[in-house]
Amino acid sequence: MYLTPEEEKTLDGEYGRSLQKAIEILVALGDIYGADKLIPVKSAQIAGVSYKTIGDAGLEWISDLEGKVKIPSILNPAGMDIVRWDEMGIDPVFAKKQQEIIEAYAKLGIQTKCTCTPYYLEGFNVTLDDHIAWSESSAVSYANSVIGARTNREGGPSALSAALVGKTANYGYHLDEMREPVVTVEVDCELSGSDFGALGYVAGKTIGSRVPIFYMKNKPSKNEMKSLGAALAASGAVALYHIEDVTPEAVRNKFARPDEVIPVERTQIDEVYETNKDIQSSEIITVGCPHCSVEELEEIAGLVEGKKLQKEMWVCTAREVAERHPDLVQRIEKSGAKVVCDTCMVVSPATNKYESITVNSGKALAYVPSMCKVAAKYARIEDCIKEAGVVDEN
Amino acid sequence: MKIKCRTISRGVAEGEVLLTNDAISFLGNVEPETGEVVEPQHQLYGQSIAGKVLVFPHGKGSTVGSYVIYQLFKNGVAPAAMINLESEPIVAVGAIISEVPLVDRLEKDPYKILKNGDMVVVNSTEAFVELRNE
Repeated sequence: MYLTPEEEKTLDGEYGRSLQKAIEILVALGDIYGADKLIPVKSAQIAGVSYKTIGDAGLEWISDLEGKVKIPSILNPAGMDIVRWDEMGIDPVFAKKQQEIIEAYAKLGIQTKCTCTPYYLEGFNVTLDDHIAWSESSAVSYANSVIGARTNREGGPSALSAALVGKTANYGYHLDEMREPVVTVEVDCELSGSDFGALGYVAGKTIGSRVPIFYMKNKPSKNEMKSLGAALAASGAVALYHIEDVTPEAVRNKFARPDEVIPVERTQIDEVYETNKDIQSSEIITVGCPHCSVEELEEIAGLVEGKKLQKEMWVCTAREVAERHPDLVQRIEKSGAKVVCDTCMVVSPATNKYESITVNSGKALAYVPSMCKVAAKYARIEDCIKEAGVVDEN
Repeated sequence: MKIKCRTISRGVAEGEVLLTNDAISFLGNVEPETGEVVEPQHQLYGQSIAGKVLVFPHGKGSTVGSYVIYQLFKNGVAPAAMINLESEPIVAVGAIISEVPLVDRLEKDPYKILKNGDMVVVNSTEAFVELRNE
């Protein structure tokens, strides 16, 4: 792997131990995956935030690092809402450790915004062909597929290394040839809203870690593509997908249609809505996986207007998005729903205490049963709100 | 005898060889307090990897395994060095942050030329492994 004289100096420790370790990680990964060089990246999103995942060892490692990140950098979702953790029923010992982790990242110059949707935040807008180093699987999928930017699915230490060095190794999805579709997914019906999450949940299992191209009967919105990508990355390990005539690279590159075809029919989508249908009434309703966009918050605010919810309902979003729209937060919370920031139903230990949950996310449906040991039902957003036990205020 | 190899995590260390044909998931297979292999199905079950030159095909399992290697290092029970057939990111990252020399792709098959108890030097900085028995 070629290194510039400056990179060689970093590797030899001339700029201190933390930077030396960081570039050593990038070079080792580059060697393992056959990269030719390091390339600059525009921003980084760093995994390894929840205390539940990285424990004391991770905290110790991050605390031991010195220096400052060279590019705009933020964090994956944490295990709790950083402000309202108490209301979520989080153990104070966990909360203290979680705060320590976030403070350790802040010391390195990382913005302590914890979200799976960095693309909604100021300073993290990316465009076609930008190179970035992001971690969270749905964010990676959205950046690669919907935006046409380029990132591998970084692990915690490699994303942090990329942030400190301002570069990453040039392999995988940074390269043109790795971005071409190798399998066709043919969808035989029109889809809307949470159908796209169901599609990702169904198709991801067969696609595995390959790059698919979808042939659809109708064009999805960006929010719908967000749900599709998140589910594809959870039920499979898809980091990049294309949609014929829709996603930017499919439009520009006019990919040849791969011979292998995975057909998806309406009945398969409908079956996802039947998951755990014997559960009469679930204990909690959670939406916002991935974190809600402004449009999604508006839709929910409209749906709960003038209503009182009888059950616990979380609407998960990025703190910055919530802070920019206090009016929407207020309208949603008036119904009794909670606008939860920095975290979600998948990564927070607060989910574990429930027996059953209703979600409108294919990603949550894939992860909540195994990671939180909670039985999950799948529903459209309107039905999620009905499930929350609506009582008309008027 | 010196054997050429590929550098993954730089450094120099000497120790006694501990070989296994099984891949290692540091999260779950190894106790971070003691360095003992605690997975009953593992070939090294009941043995300690602390201070050893650990020879295994490659890592597997959760990426949290990288931090477990760091925990072993912090507790003073990390391996002295590691030799893989083919390194993957979990062990590579764990070795680098823990300053454990790691090499892979030895010029000769490590399972044919090394045995348990051999004294070896792993010089990852200069990309060789030296057998010190004689």
